[in-house]
Amino acid sequence: MNQIPFIQIALIILFLPLAGFFFTLLFGKKIKQMYLFETAIITIALGLSIYMAWMKLAYFAAERVVSEFTWIDMGNTPGFGKLTVELGMMIDNVTVLLLFVVCLISALVHYFSIEYMKGDKRYNRFFAYLGIFTFSMLGIVFTHNMLMMYIFWELVGLSSYLLIGFWYEKKSASDAAKKAFIVNRVGDVGMLAGILIMFITYKTFTFDKIFLAISQGHLPFNSEFWLTALGILLFCGAIGKSAQFPLHVWLPDAMEGPTPVSALIHAATMVAAGVYLTVRIFPLLTGDALLFIATVGALSAFIPATIALTQNDIKKVLAYSTISQLGYMVMALGVGAYAYGFFHLVTHAFFKAGLFLGSGSVIHAMHHEQDIQKMGGLKKKLPKTYYTFLIFSLAISGIPLTSGFLSKDGILASAYAFGSLTGYKIFAITGFLVALLTAFYMFRLLILTFHGEPKNKEKYDHAHESPALMTYPLILLAILSIFAFYTANPTSAEKGWVMQTWLKTPETVVPQSSRYSFMAKHEEATVENKEAQPQHETTVVHSEEYMEAMHHAHYPAMFLSLGVAVLGILTAFFFYFWKKVDTDKLVNSIKPLYNFSLNKWYFDELYDMTIVNGTMVLSRFLAWFDNTIVDGIVNGSATVTRFISRVSGLFDTYVVDGIVNLTATLSGLLGIFVRKIQTGKVQTYLILVIFSLVMLTFIYLYKILPFGLEFKM
Amino acid sequence: MHQITLLHFLFVSSTLFCLGLFCVVARKNAIMVLMGIELILNSANINFVAFSRFGGFGYNGQIAALFVIILAAAESAIALAIVLNIYKMFNNVNVDEIDNMRE
Repeated sequence: MNQIPFIQIALIILFLPLAGFFFTLLFGKKIKQMYLFETAIITIALGLSIYMAWMKLAYFAAERVVSEFTWIDMGNTPGFGKLTVELGMMIDNVTVLLLFVVCLISALVHYFSIEYMKGDKRYNRFFAYLGIFTFSMLGIVFTHNMLMMYIFWELVGLSSYLLIGFWYEKKSASDAAKKAFIVNRVGDVGMLAGILIMFITYKTFTFDKIFLAISQGHLPFNSEFWLTALGILLFCGAIGKSAQFPLHVWLPDAMEGPTPVSALIHAATMVAAGVYLTVRIFPLLTGDALLFIATVGALSAFIPATIALTQNDIKKVLAYSTISQLGYMVMALGVGAYAYGFFHLVTHAFFKAGLFLGSGSVIHAMHHEQDIQKMGGLKKKLPKTYYTFLIFSLAISGIPLTSGFLSKDGILASAYAFGSLTGYKIFAITGFLVALLTAFYMFRLLILTFHGEPKNKEKYDHAHESPALMTYPLILLAILSIFAFYTANPTSAEKGWVMQTWLKTPETVVPQSSRYSFMAKHEEATVENKEAQPQHETTVVHSEEYMEAMHHAHYPAMFLSLGVAVLGILTAFFFYFWKKVDTDKLVNSIKPLYNFSLNKWYFDELYDMTIVNGTMVLSRFLAWFDNTIVDGIVNGSATVTRFISRVSGLFDTYVVDGIVNLTATLSGLLGIFVRKIQTGKVQTYLILVIFSLVMLTFIYLYKILPFGLEFKM
Repeated sequence: MHQITLLHFLFVSSTLFCLGLFCVVARKNAIMVLMGIELILNSANINFVAFSRFGGFGYNGQIAALFVIILAAAESAIALAIVLNIYKMFNNVNVDEIDNMRE
């Protein structure tokens, strides 16, 4: 363990992109090649992360590395107790897996952007922003406490804002950037409240210490209700960042950013941060909190899937599909399938980044045309893009031999098992329904883009396959979407190395009464173990009934998910490839439903009407209050002050100045008299001398002084 | 027959002093002023001699008087030279009109 300096390597990986950001931003204007520096730095980080992930997963899969130091030590603070804040890093299997995903996709996006962004006037700045994003994301990945999590959380929000609004000359882009930022704030308020409750109760931000405290029976405000609330509040951050219902509205708009950014931030990594946060806080989630999370996840999986059916913008379809897949992951965590949820995060990162980069390749070839109704027939022109896109589409639809099948099937099986254990069958039903919709809209997208007759002849003729720097990342991601990287058995990941040795569900720490009975079998013994060996990954041993349910769920879930996926794909072919059904007629017959989906369930309009307008009304009222009441007070006090000033001015002019002028006048008058003495005539002086002499003589002789002065000699 | 006493001398001397002083203060011509100074000096001489004769100081008074006469001669010479220069400069020797010190 000690031979490999995990923490040091992690620090180097963390700070390399930050250095890349600073240097690229500083010298980007002078040196045109700075983007190569940034790309090289990311490549080095990728190399180190591959080494680290390999070492960790292959040799030290059962251990955790933690390094922490005290950042602030206030000692005993009155009214609070011992106040210390620790910062630190934790490296476990989840960390290194996500580290690898982030570094790999970031590097591929860098390579892709070299071609895609060519000719942009802020070329180097784009790479600098990618650098700061990678830094912040890695910060989230490495953290072992909630404070650093929050700091880097906001940093990824910032870099997302900068990159969505990268083409800020476009009004829609700057609006989308603002929307993303503000909607994320809404979720972050909940998260901040959760962090504060956590800090007040446990006086630490560190996950391990909090879990330990909870397992020893120390609850916030001594109630299990507040433990549930704490979990839900922290999850609010994930709702914002992972674009979950009801805060999902920012993600489709975020597609205004450059397409590589959408691939990196808004498909593969940043939006997965919410899932990662949920993974990190998983042990403290109570049964009720998990149910809430599963509900949010199911809604987020279903609603965007129905919206994606009718969208015509290639990136919008992918955006809604991203929300839907994130909903899957969240739902998986909610039904207790910790490992499958995270596994889906990894596999989804690869194929969704691939889909976005593929769409970037299409958009690049079509000269920034994004409407799929105006594409078609691109298969011949863009063969590499087409075949990789096909693999990604198969993966996201959950067709066997792909990575997507493994993770999705796992999630569906877990939801099925959860339904049979608790009676909440709705999650499994939603899951299968969404799988059907996903397969349909992905193949609708694929067929409309790549098959059929070209609709825009001129653009079609100019279309050409993208350069190697753009196609090789696609090919690499397509290879990573094949099952063989995750398990040897293409039908199930259950016995594969990812599920078997790398991802183990952590021990839940919530009290017996507020957890699901199947979450963990053993009770007090593990608490002592935990204290004794905090360096080891503790794993939950699911109860036998859960294992049983999973076992029973496996085959039905597999065949059902395969069935719905194939059904969805066939329907898409039926509608758009063979054109057996006139889609226009179909649309006309269900016009209200179609419009409902096309207009995104009217969420934007709803929020405009309620929240935005409500805020406007409140703002107007506040403005009125400001203008009349507050300004009135200010103006009133101004008037009073002015009056007092006038009085004081008069006093100054007549009294103070009068005294001063009087003194001056008196001095002048005295001067007139005194001036007379100096005549310049010698004789006058002589007379005065003699007169004075005579007077002094008299005084001396008769001892008389004027003005009652006393004579002393 | 009345004896001539110190008082008589002092009377003459002070009369002479007053006349000299009046002359210095009142006359406009610088030469006249100088002459008034001479009168003052001579009144002092009379005092010297008188006090020497009646006060029993030997001949010290007479010596001082002689000294004053010599001094007066030197003083007159310098003063007349100054008056000559003043005349050259202002074209008159009227002390009233020479009041440049006023400024």
